[in-house]
Amino acid sequence: MEAFGLLLYGFGVLLTWKTLALMMVGLVLGIFVGVLPGLGGPNGVAILLPLTFTMDPTSAIVMLSCIYWGALFGGAITSILFNIPGEAWSVATTFDGYPMAQQGRAAEALTAAFTSSFIGSLVAVLLITFLAPGIASFALRFGPPEFFAVYFLTFCSFIGLGREEKHKIVVSMALGLLLAGVGMDTVSGQLRMTFGSSDLLRGINFLVAVIGLFGISEIMLTMEERLALRGHAAKISLRVVLKVWKEMPRYWVTLLRSSVIGCWLGITPGGAIAASFMSYNLAKRFSKDKESFGKGRIEGVFAPETAAHASGTSALLPMLALGIPGSGTAAILLGGLMVWGLNPGPLLFVEHKEFVWGLIASMYLGNVVGLVLVLTTVPLFAAVLRVPFAAIAPMIVVSCAIGAFAIQNAMFDIWLMLVFGVAGYVFKKIGIPLAPFTLALVLGNRAEDSFRLSMIGAEGDMRVFWSNGLVGTIASLALVLLLWPLIAGGIKRIRLVFARGT
Amino acid sequence: MSKPEAEIVVEDPAAPADDSPAVATRRTVDIVVSILLLALAALLAFDNWRTGMSWDSTGPQAGYFPFYLSVILAGACLYGIGKEFLARRQARETFVTRDQLRRVMQVFAPTLLFCLFTQWLGLYVASLLLIVGFMTFIGRIAAWKALLTAFLFSLVMFVTFEIAFDVIMPKGPLEALFGH
Repeated sequence: MEAFGLLLYGFGVLLTWKTLALMMVGLVLGIFVGVLPGLGGPNGVAILLPLTFTMDPTSAIVMLSCIYWGALFGGAITSILFNIPGEAWSVATTFDGYPMAQQGRAAEALTAAFTSSFIGSLVAVLLITFLAPGIASFALRFGPPEFFAVYFLTFCSFIGLGREEKHKIVVSMALGLLLAGVGMDTVSGQLRMTFGSSDLLRGINFLVAVIGLFGISEIMLTMEERLALRGHAAKISLRVVLKVWKEMPRYWVTLLRSSVIGCWLGITPGGAIAASFMSYNLAKRFSKDKESFGKGRIEGVFAPETAAHASGTSALLPMLALGIPGSGTAAILLGGLMVWGLNPGPLLFVEHKEFVWGLIASMYLGNVVGLVLVLTTVPLFAAVLRVPFAAIAPMIVVSCAIGAFAIQNAMFDIWLMLVFGVAGYVFKKIGIPLAPFTLALVLGNRAEDSFRLSMIGAEGDMRVFWSNGLVGTIASLALVLLLWPLIAGGIKRIRLVFARGT
Repeated sequence: MSKPEAEIVVEDPAAPADDSPAVATRRTVDIVVSILLLALAALLAFDNWRTGMSWDSTGPQAGYFPFYLSVILAGACLYGIGKEFLARRQARETFVTRDQLRRVMQVFAPTLLFCLFTQWLGLYVASLLLIVGFMTFIGRIAAWKALLTAFLFSLVMFVTFEIAFDVIMPKGPLEALFGH
């Protein structure tokens, strides 16, 4: 198997003291970020990104992805001990995790959560290891029309499958694509939408927007709520860990099902939240004892955590293979790639082998080390929550400002961050989703370039998107997804008519 | 249910009251935001029309793609406004209550001041001021704790970014005094 050799090569890249140290730093920072209120995976990664600007890309991505794994682990701590989901995809974990903590079984619940997260991401990493190189080498044959079709598919799937009001998804996405176009036009070199401002000439930086949208707005949202919290302290002993691990094989069906759901939904954009709920509900439906769910059943912790981690990890697959992020955090990592001077897309596997395989190897190692780390240090991290928010909030603001400034050394970006912070706060409260905006902002230029290049190649003939089997299939699939709500409604109506007829 | 042995409790005495009167309804804000975005769409559409939104010999001009995006944005906003006006009037969710707004301003105003100070005094001094101010006046934490935290945090940031990672931040008169 070729993948094995390459993976070994990746471990070779990884196993230096410097990289391993960065990995530990990343994991610890990540768990902190996951535990702290008002921060989470995407914000943490975005704020800490400037730390990596002067590193080589491999060390940088290893540290950043470890922050991400750490944040995923950390989210489970607050869900179980405090009934506060750090992230939307941790909500399902609170259903059974918190009752378990109330019954004095916090250690058990935490062990279950950490172990199942580990299993979920392991399955996803295996998937990446064996699938991503194949997809990437297939995508090497893509020309501009194929790439535009894939971008179009991504955008359409957000609109068609999103749970928010459709016009708000469109607003969010169109705004992101528009702002991506501000500045110098890459094809003709003309200036667009700059209104004579020299600051807008550089364009609106994706990471600045993300820091504002997720970091600053999250602090405002957190302040708005009651900050009092009451939770359980927990210590995990080896005895409990072994007990849970011994019980675990009995739930292999749940673990497997949740991993599959997670991987599948993770590859399609915006899936982690849906994955955790769906696998929780399915575990409940297939259980013989439905009543016990929500009252502290260990299976209710296994299911959502496995799925959330599987989808969080597999979201990196399309990012690595195609240059299309499957989640908000993946989008930020993609932004990082561009800062480090790498060109995301299928060529990454050919041109930057050490980067790709170093990252994949770090997913294996990072999850193992992360599991051991959280199991041993939970009491320490739970105590972080005792630190008053009034001390944490200004520090987060400062970190956000440092992050925003460092990207382009521009004071203007700090102001831009503030504007995006307010916009993010308002958007979240009126139900305009931020994920489509983020995705559109990071992909906007590349989507436009591929569209214009295909138009130039085909002399303005739109039929180029149906000119061969491959591009035609992708483009048609995109339209089906875009119109999916209408199609699904139509099918339902036809069924009703038939049901009445018989 | 057995009582767990240890608990972590954090109180929040200044929490917003649940019965605080609403400042704005969600519907109002929704419509205002839609109108603002509509204006933005119109502005951008005009600018792109000026840049050139049609086709020339080499394909679409620079304004083509963004022009049609502005049209889509405007369309989605108009749809949203229309939907809100046609919707039943009874369903009125609160956007923000007075207490909540007060708390949001407590974090927004200092952040705004922090950005201003960063421009004049450099980031590290501004961060010191922000943390001390926020912790003492809004968090009601003892001044010495606030000062210590702020000093340590700013110092750690300075050492991490300026010295260890070579990421240069805006600096003011104080840093100039030390020759940075």
